[in-house]
Amino acid sequence: MGTVVMPQMGESIVEGTITKWLKETGDPVERDEALFEISTDKVDSEVPAPESGVLEAVFFPEGETVEINTAVAFIGDGSKVGQHEPPAAAAAASGPAPAAPPPTKAIAPAPAAPGRRIRSSPLVRRMAKEKGIDLSLLGKGSGAGGRITKKDILAYIESQERVAAGPVTAFPPAPESRFGDFEIQPLTGMRLSIAEHMVRTKRVSPHVSTVHEVDCTRIARLRSAAKEQFLQQNGTKLTFMPFFLQAAASALKAYPAVNASLDGKDLVVHRDINIGMAVALDWGLIVPVIRDADEKNLLGLQRSVNDLAQRARSKALQPDEISEGTFSVSNYGSYNSLLATPAINQPQVAILGIGAVKKRPVVINDAIAIRSISYLTLSFDHRAIDGATADLFLEHMRGVLEDWSSPAL
Amino acid sequence: MRELAAFEAAASCAPRTCAIRDLGRAGYREAWDYQLQLVSARKRGAVCDQLVFVEHPPTITLGRNASSANVLADAARLLSMGVDLQETDRGGDVTYHGPGQVVAYPILDLKAWRRDVGAYLRALEEVVMATLRDFGVASRRVEGLTGVWVGDAKIAALGVHLSRWVTSHGLALNVNTDLGHFGLIVPCGLTKPVTSLQEVLGRAVGMDSVVAAMGRRFGEVFDRRMVAAPAGA
Repeated sequence: MGTVVMPQMGESIVEGTITKWLKETGDPVERDEALFEISTDKVDSEVPAPESGVLEAVFFPEGETVEINTAVAFIGDGSKVGQHEPPAAAAAASGPAPAAPPPTKAIAPAPAAPGRRIRSSPLVRRMAKEKGIDLSLLGKGSGAGGRITKKDILAYIESQERVAAGPVTAFPPAPESRFGDFEIQPLTGMRLSIAEHMVRTKRVSPHVSTVHEVDCTRIARLRSAAKEQFLQQNGTKLTFMPFFLQAAASALKAYPAVNASLDGKDLVVHRDINIGMAVALDWGLIVPVIRDADEKNLLGLQRSVNDLAQRARSKALQPDEISEGTFSVSNYGSYNSLLATPAINQPQVAILGIGAVKKRPVVINDAIAIRSISYLTLSFDHRAIDGATADLFLEHMRGVLEDWSSPAL
Repeated sequence: MRELAAFEAAASCAPRTCAIRDLGRAGYREAWDYQLQLVSARKRGAVCDQLVFVEHPPTITLGRNASSANVLADAARLLSMGVDLQETDRGGDVTYHGPGQVVAYPILDLKAWRRDVGAYLRALEEVVMATLRDFGVASRRVEGLTGVWVGDAKIAALGVHLSRWVTSHGLALNVNTDLGHFGLIVPCGLTKPVTSLQEVLGRAVGMDSVVAAMGRRFGEVFDRRMVAAPAGA
């Protein structure tokens, strides 16, 4: 005695549509006798009864699409015909549609990436066809594997007037990748959220990057000279990072449009300067925020950088330490990268990339000199900022860094 | 109707063997009954995997997900044109079968292959694409749509029924098909063009050579040793 579940018909199959009940409630059934028929894409299948007994309850009518492993019927000894409550999942699936998904912050309607495989059931496709809905606009469904379920399409129909466009899935299936010898590593929660964020940022923001060469010889000398004493006094090494952060804070003050977020058609220009700092982790990436970075000196910035990075790696960050950033910095130079084009941390409008500080031969007054050079990148949302502002921002930073005057200690 | 006794008697197939049966021209119903007998025998283990080839007279079939709105001609017109209309238990929407089309019905026990209907459909598509490659034709899948396409035109349609993981129905590849008959339906509910090997190559192709190529490719894709069915079966 027990429930009968929607069987799993294959790795990529996450739900099935019940096309026909071959038995009625109250009918005796034999083990292995065909009990109902299901349809998945182009395949119809009979599902046999897992045991003998009496079909005491059927939880879903014909035409209903049900996720795999959901209880669809109950086979008992015949004493409780019609007395079974549908399982919670069944009640949810057949209940009213849930609230509409929150609208995205994109201004423009966002068509799906071309060629994306839309996962849905025949029922959903039929509903979409009847209502003239392009399923690609629904984005990722709530069903297993991102499948678009009946409740998703109902929610979409409800929210259509309010929401211009739905989110796009970050995870289009690519079954052709499964060849040869391989293992499957499901993405971790952090990877999933990074992936979703990256797809969103690249979709929402037209990214443009500009790169300026900065002569860091002066701050390199300053740092070398102060290194030992800084370590002795403060118990921590002095890196280039606080110099760049201070220069960035100064540039953000000079160009407030860069210290901003886009919310719909409003540019939210922040008065606080909270700089997010990308921290690479063995298991992903996180961007803790240095609050009021403009109010900190080199020592304060260095301590914040050390503290946040250390606690990010020991998973000890508080939720409010990774929120309310107004601008972000990616110091890929610490991994020896010369030049990169970082992705904007939504909903901010710009991100600074810092390339490795390297000694290079450069021409100064028609003479070749050895200088410590770094390439700074500003990736910006071209909806909010134009190239001139971005270049002025980097030139401001360059000025601060090349003419550094305040002492390091 | 063909008798099954003969092949049941001669059916002591080795594992991973698949018997090819070319029925030649046969009505849709007749071939379906034949499939049902093979399915029943396959479930009992009385026969090994089977690959049935057949060429149907003009027939429109409605799958389980079919919308009758996708049959554009009315029943009287179909009758006057000599086109049969059949409801079936395969997956999929509406399709057309007719002379010049290679129809393949694999009767496979997927428990001995992979218990995965998605993988099975992709493998059937691969069989068709490999067969077309043998004729110098490049074809492709279209994301989200089951079937095989040359450019933007559909050349092969799939529809499958499963019972205890034993397959029936299968695929239809247009070789020298009268494509005009597809105008009677919206194939698979898709308003996309259909094509045939003849249309792609600009010449007619022997049905037997396509059947032979497909039999070979089927054996490769499904890793089965293909054998001719015993005579008389």
